[in-house]
Parts: sequence; structure tokens; C-alpha cells
Amino acid sequence: MPATYENIATTTLGSAAATITFSSINSGYTDLRLVLTGTNATLDATLRMQFNSDTGTNYSITELYGDGTTATTTRSSNQTRIQCGFNTLSTTVPSLVIVDLFSYSGSTYKTCLITTSQDRNGSGNVYRTVGLYRSTSAINSILLFPTSGTFAIGTIATLYGILRA
Amino acid sequence: MLTSLIGIIASSGGAAGSGAYESIASATGTGSSGTITFSSIPSTYTSLQIRYQMFTSVAGNALRIRFNGDTGTNYTQHYLYGDGSTVTAGGLTSQSFIAAGSNANGPSSTSPVVGIIDIHDYSSTTRNKTLRDFSGVDQNGAGDANLNSGLWMSTAAITSIECYTGSSNWTTSTVFALYGIKGA
Repeated sequence: MPATYENIATTTLGSAAATITFSSINSGYTDLRLVLTGTNATLDATLRMQFNSDTGTNYSITELYGDGTTATTTRSSNQTRIQCGFNTLSTTVPSLVIVDLFSYSGSTYKTCLITTSQDRNGSGNVYRTVGLYRSTSAINSILLFPTSGTFAIGTIATLYGILRA
Repeated sequence: MLTSLIGIIASSGGAAGSGAYESIASATGTGSSGTITFSSIPSTYTSLQIRYQMFTSVAGNALRIRFNGDTGTNYTQHYLYGDGSTVTAGGLTSQSFIAAGSNANGPSSTSPVVGIIDIHDYSSTTRNKTLRDFSGVDQNGAGDANLNSGLWMSTAAITSIECYTGSSNWTTSTVFALYGIKGA
């Protein structure tokens, strides 16, 4: 059987950065998986994501999450970006964010599943998010950015490609 | 209705490189069948994973999973999902399938249900089989995020997986892909 799950690109920050971008993404895979673990200069910055430099209101999400006390669900429609969790990034404790993007080069709207995990020894949350990008264009770039501050040194983001038989 | 029987096929355009995550087989919807079956699954992996994007000819239909053609009431499951307004949790016993995908909305004509199913220790001949499913749909105003667990009460090794929808067909934009994950 053919091995798959290939590392397309990895960004390891040697200095603080306001954004992380994966561009010129090869369309030759079936799905993409993006894995980010990192911290931020500003406490409780929320991680956000855009595709193909599209800043229009073409994104929406449905979320299911728990914060150690309560399970909650929310929805946000007609957004200018996909939100990955909330207060995603700490200044000290790395958060883990995994984005699975399905049929990213197909001609249908693009849907992703996002797992956001963070625990800060007394606080934290776990998110499961479904994100929609209402575009039939192939996704060839992904922009990651926090709501405030900058990604800290040592933040790692890796993009994988998964191919089906 | 079983009109699509997918055997194990080799890829002619597979990704190069090595690793423990291998593509076993995949299938796309035909528009005229509501069933996709992976058969003759080798027992050489530790775990299986199914990644799917599904559209149905009738909006809102769900995904159902069966193993080895077993139509008996040998399946149970638990679910937790949120639809943007309410979080719901529950359990089902004596089922003839495991429901996966969207628990509340299902796919629309433009927004697919997507998901990842993991099946661990699938080739055991001494233990029952458990799967987990993380899935969901967003329709820019409706949708749900889902976590499902399912149990197949059988000690038989899983050699086939049937992915079907209740009363409609998989459209041609539907993709089911089966992967094998090797142990050390």
C-alpha cells in the first residue's frame, strides 16, 4: 500500500511573527492537516485562519467546547475568518491546534474540522470546531494569525498532505 | 442496497515517501448508490482510519457504519454534539448500525459533512471493536459538531466496512478514503 501523510512544510519561529503563511500549496493531495503548537506575546489571543487571502465574509463555524465546568455550543456566520477555539494562545503554555481540511482542491465548498486543546493547570478548554469556507476555488494558501500580539519564538506549524488511493 | 463493492486497490499515483500511515483504498459516490463498502481489508495494521466528505441526494441524511456485513443488533454508541444552540449527549443500545457524521443537520446541497473515524485493534479475534468519529457540518447558519463512539460487539476481525446512508444516494462529490496505521 502507498505510504502517505507527507510533510509539505514546517515553520519554526526563530523570532516573533504576526502571521504564519503556507503558500503555493500543491493541489496533488486529497486532504490537508495543519498542526500548530505555540504561544503568543499576548495572553488569551485567539488563533484565526484565512484561505487564499480571502478577507470577505465567506467563513462560518459551529463550535462544541468545554472549559472544565460547562459544555457549550456556538455558531458564527458570515465571518471574515475561521476562528480556532477561543483565547487559544497562552504566553507560557503551548496550545495544540489541529486543522483537518477536506477536499481542499475540489470544486465544492471547503469544510474543515478543528481540534483545539489547551490546559493551563487550573484553567483551559477543549474545542471541536467545524469551519466552512464558501468558495469553490482550490485552496492554495493558508494564513494563520492571532487576534492580538505575535506568535512567540518556538511556535511550530506543520502542514501535511494526505493522499487517497 | 449494496451496489458498490470496493476491493483493495493499489494506487498508481500515490505519494512517495515512507511512513506508518498508508492509503488502503478509496471510493467516490456514484449518484445512484447509497452504499460504499471497503472489503478484503488486510489485517496487517494496528488501526484503521476513514476520512470522508459526504453529500447525499436527499439533504440531511446521515452516515451509518456496519462491519463484516453484520445486520444484527450488535452495535451500541454514545454521542455528544452541539448545534450552535444546544449541547446534546446520549446513548443507544441494540442498534443494527453505528451512526456517524452529523447528528443534527446532515449535508446540504453545497455544504458537506466531513469526518474522521478511527478504529483501533480492528483485527483482534478476542476483543470487541470500538470506533470514534469526529465529524460535522457548517452551513453558514446551521450545522453541528459531533463526537461519536461506537461499539461492535463481535470478536471477529474486521474485514469489511459498509458506509451507507439511510434513504438516499451518495453524490459524486462524496469521498470515503480508508487508511491503515502500522504499529512499531
